[in-house]
Amino acid sequence: MSDADKKRLLREMIFYRRFEDRTFEAYMERKIGGFLHLYSGQEAVGTGVLEMAIVGKGQENDYVITGYRDHVHAIKTGAPAREVMAELYGKENGSSKGRGGSMHIFDASQNFMGGYALVGQPFPLAAGLALGCKHKGTKQIAICFLGDGANNQGTFHETMNMASVWNLPVLFVCENNGYAIGTHIDRSTAQRDQYKRVDTAYNMKSSQHDGMDIDNVMPAAKAAIDYVRNEQKPYFIEFMTYRFRGHSMSDAKGYRTKEEEAEWEKRDPITISSKKLIDAGVITPAVIKAWEKEIDDEIENDIIKFAEEGPEPKVEDLHKYVLDDNPDPRWIGPLQK
Amino acid sequence: MAETAYWEAIRRAHDEEMARDPMVIAMGEDIGVAGGTYKATSGLYDKYGETRIIDCPISENSYTGIGIGASMTGMRPIIEIMSINFALLALDTIVNAAAKIRYMSGGQIACPIVMRTPGGTAHQLAAQHSARLARMFMSTSGLRVVTPRGPLDAYGMLKSAIRSNDPVIIIEHEQMYNIKEEIPDEEFFRPLEGAEVVLEGSDITLIGYNYSVHLCLQAAERLAKDGISAEVVDLRSLKPIDRETIRKSVEKTHKVLVAEEDEAPVGVGSEIITGIMEDCFFALDSQPVRIHAADVPVPYNAKLEKAAIPNADDVYQGALKVMGKI
Ligand SMILES: Cc1ncc(C[n+]2csc(CCOP(=O)(O)OP(=O)(O)O)c2C)c(N)n1
Ligand SMILES: [Mg+2]
Repeated sequence: MSDADKKRLLREMIFYRRFEDRTFEAYMERKIGGFLHLYSGQEAVGTGVLEMAIVGKGQENDYVITGYRDHVHAIKTGAPAREVMAELYGKENGSSKGRGGSMHIFDASQNFMGGYALVGQPFPLAAGLALGCKHKGTKQIAICFLGDGANNQGTFHETMNMASVWNLPVLFVCENNGYAIGTHIDRSTAQRDQYKRVDTAYNMKSSQHDGMDIDNVMPAAKAAIDYVRNEQKPYFIEFMTYRFRGHSMSDAKGYRTKEEEAEWEKRDPITISSKKLIDAGVITPAVIKAWEKEIDDEIENDIIKFAEEGPEPKVEDLHKYVLDDNPDPRWIGPLQK
Repeated sequence: MAETAYWEAIRRAHDEEMARDPMVIAMGEDIGVAGGTYKATSGLYDKYGETRIIDCPISENSYTGIGIGASMTGMRPIIEIMSINFALLALDTIVNAAAKIRYMSGGQIACPIVMRTPGGTAHQLAAQHSARLARMFMSTSGLRVVTPRGPLDAYGMLKSAIRSNDPVIIIEHEQMYNIKEEIPDEEFFRPLEGAEVVLEGSDITLIGYNYSVHLCLQAAERLAKDGISAEVVDLRSLKPIDRETIRKSVEKTHKVLVAEEDEAPVGVGSEIITGIMEDCFFALDSQPVRIHAADVPVPYNAKLEKAAIPNADDVYQGALKVMGKI
């Protein structure tokens, strides 16, 4: 990978961190409602995996789907950051026209097929996206990002089985941050290593990797994606990571120790990449400072502005999008008497 | 015109739509090599192969979810759930996903799936194979729910459901798969919306859906012998409900009975009668009556089962009550 690309990826991760930080502020100002789950700490996983996938190319993209912690996956897949922010503000110019909110970012134009709140529900949806790709013979694949906790759902087992029996081109990315809200994995899950839950059980290739250093994420992700695309078979890849903030907004984090947090913060993906690039003489700390300023300006002057100034959805449009708004009367009716 | 059984009508709709559009696939348990529990896909595995007639493991929630995911890429899956009782396992993907994705995405993504499932009582299948559950689906925004009463609708509504861009639940019935009816040889469609007056009458409106339409028709025959002219309305669609056709009929007959095979609480009858109260209360000259199952899990014992599930005699007696004859 070129130095330019390495710099770009570091800058992207800094952008994601600051974007999430700014949503936190907006939440405190009550500009954003509902639940808000931030991705801070896990940036190397989403950024690194999607860097290896086909993203940002509209309808040619691979299909990407995830849970409620979805802002960064959406943006990296190609959703404009300002539309994601406007969605959090519940505005008509948001990704989902203000109907979905933080947990339900969608951008069909980039094959970003959504954030879902039901833990484990994206597993089968992802396999279905892969079935669609396989059926059409497009060589696209489906990529499903979910947490460690999701693997205790029935949909995990049912879907791993079917994805394997039917040879579906789907990559399951497990972002193992060690917790499902406040329950540590050791207290909920008999097998701590998630990748071991699919290999013999569902005859699926799988592996586990560090998820804090994007330089570890990318080669592992590339091998997995190549396998899925070329072999037309599923793969389960697990990344060990940590979320720096609470599960959602109201989380006192009483279930974990300050020492544990400090240990993981030493492995902050942004610190790791920054240090490597500075040590290699590719950038200087001043470059990072300048980026931070540019990013904050962009967030304030473009992204937040777009969200603030966007119109609210019209109450008259409450019933739009429930069903097809322009149905064909031949199929729908009414019945001719 | 050819005399066609209900299951053959479903099979024909699958066959024609699959021949027309390669994006149409069928999924379900035992639908392929085994030909389908009610033969609705028999012979199609040989014709279309395992990638289009997909035999699924017993994982209702996730294969339904896989169908939904595929539909989000433009495919048109027809998902057969062997019995509506098992559809409870798939409620998450149907109700939380298929019904809501269009809305949550601000209209960007459609989920044009069809889920077909028999939902009714057969003979002595006991509590876990006798659920009806139409009421559960008809209360969900973002779904269409239809109940074809015979081969004409079974064929024509399945064809429409496959082509519609909405998720459609088709509730069939174990006791209807062998019902026969003449249906045209040429292709035709029956719309998903709209109730139908299946028998015109002037003294009382009997409203049914799915199998209970047949109970209403049998009751109407007996009522005719007593000199009572019953109008029978088949709801056809439970979501949305065609309140206009119901109102017109009630304004004509001034009396109404709703027959449902399910239990009464929060059911089809309560919904229909509430609609009548709101739309044409002053047209009624007598109290409406609901005919419904007893509020118990369906018993195995044949005598108890008969006592629990409404039959044509119950509808007949109920109609006499509305008429003030008993
Ligand atoms: C079906 C379901 N059950 C419970 C919840 C509540 N819930 C939301 S997130 C969560 C924890 C999920 O943990 P994990 O999959 O590890 O993802 P993470 O939040 O760590 O990214 C729970 C229990 C839910 N949203 N859906
Ligand atoms: Mg977790």
